[in-house]
Parts: sequence; structure tokens; C-alpha cells
Amino acid sequence: MIRSELLQALAKDNPDLRAEEVEQVVDIFFDEITKRLAEGGRVELRGFGAFSTREREARTGRNPRTGETVQVPAKRVPYFKPGKEMRERLNPS
Amino acid sequence: MSRSVNTLTRADLAETINRKMGFSRAESLDLVESILAHMCDAMGDGENVKISGFGSFILRDKKERIGRNPKTGVEVPITPRRVMTFRASQLLKERIAKG
Repeated sequence: MIRSELLQALAKDNPDLRAEEVEQVVDIFFDEITKRLAEGGRVELRGFGAFSTREREARTGRNPRTGETVQVPAKRVPYFKPGKEMRERLNPS
Repeated sequence: MSRSVNTLTRADLAETINRKMGFSRAESLDLVESILAHMCDAMGDGENVKISGFGSFILRDKKERIGRNPKTGVEVPITPRRVMTFRASQLLKERIAKG
């Protein structure tokens, strides 16, 4: 499923909404998650999963093409942990 | 258990939709649930979900492997399973790295 297919599915569920409204809602959804993560916060969507960020220490890396060493600075990276219901749904017993 | 004030939830997403779009609170919450349900359904059907500008939720099938109970040291088989991973888009990575 890609973003445009998600938009189509939502439009079908909500015939009263205009296409641009559906698009704005989906933009708000992902923008708000992005903003909170950029602020260093957490996002918890029970049943689906939780987004957070983790610190990565600075390290010495190597350009795999040239073999040259490069300093990779410390940074924050996104992290996602699927929720219990999601995990169970992917593995029906 | 107390929730961190820093944690964004469905209710917060619905509130922003309510405020920015002028839809009722109930309608806004339904839209949030609907977005999540469609993504869950797609993955339940074995599809990856790719949201451009945000990231991709990718399914991976893991083979059976031998694990160990870290407390007792007893070896136990870990059954084959399907797991969901998230690959953030370059845009999301950049926004988070900048803070």
C-alpha cells in the first residue's frame, strides 16, 4: 500500500469529504508524528506501535567505495516498535 | 501507570485534526482510527506500507532459530515468524537528526 492508495481507501470510507480534505488529514497525521519525534518526544498508537528516537554515538566510518575514513557525528535516529496486537495479527496461530 | 506528558497519542492527533479542519471530535477520531486500520489491514494481508515523505513499514519473514533463556541458559527454539520493521524516509531522518 502506498500513500495514494491510503488516500483512496479513506475517501471511499468518507464520501462526504473532498479529496483535498482527505489529503490534509493524512498530512496532519504524519506531520504531527514527525514534529513530536523531531522534538525528542514519543508517539504511542496502541495496537499499532510506538515511535521514539534513539541516540547514536559519533563513530569513525569508512566510505565503502573509496576506503577513506570519515567521522560520523553523534545523531538521533527514529525507532519503531510494533504493538502487541499488530505482532499477533501478523502471526495468527 | 502514568503516561509521559511528552507522548503523542490518537487523542492528540484527533484534536489537531479537529482544530485544523473543523471536523467534530468524533469524526476526527474516526479518521485517525481509519488511517491506522487501513495500514493494519494492508499489513495483515502481507503488504508493505509506504508513505512517501515519512517512511515504509516492511514485513520480514524470520526463519526458526535457537534462542536461550538468559536467566536459566536453557535453549529453546524461536518459532518462525513475520515481523514488521520501519524504515524512516530520508526526510524524517533529517528532521530528527536536526532536532
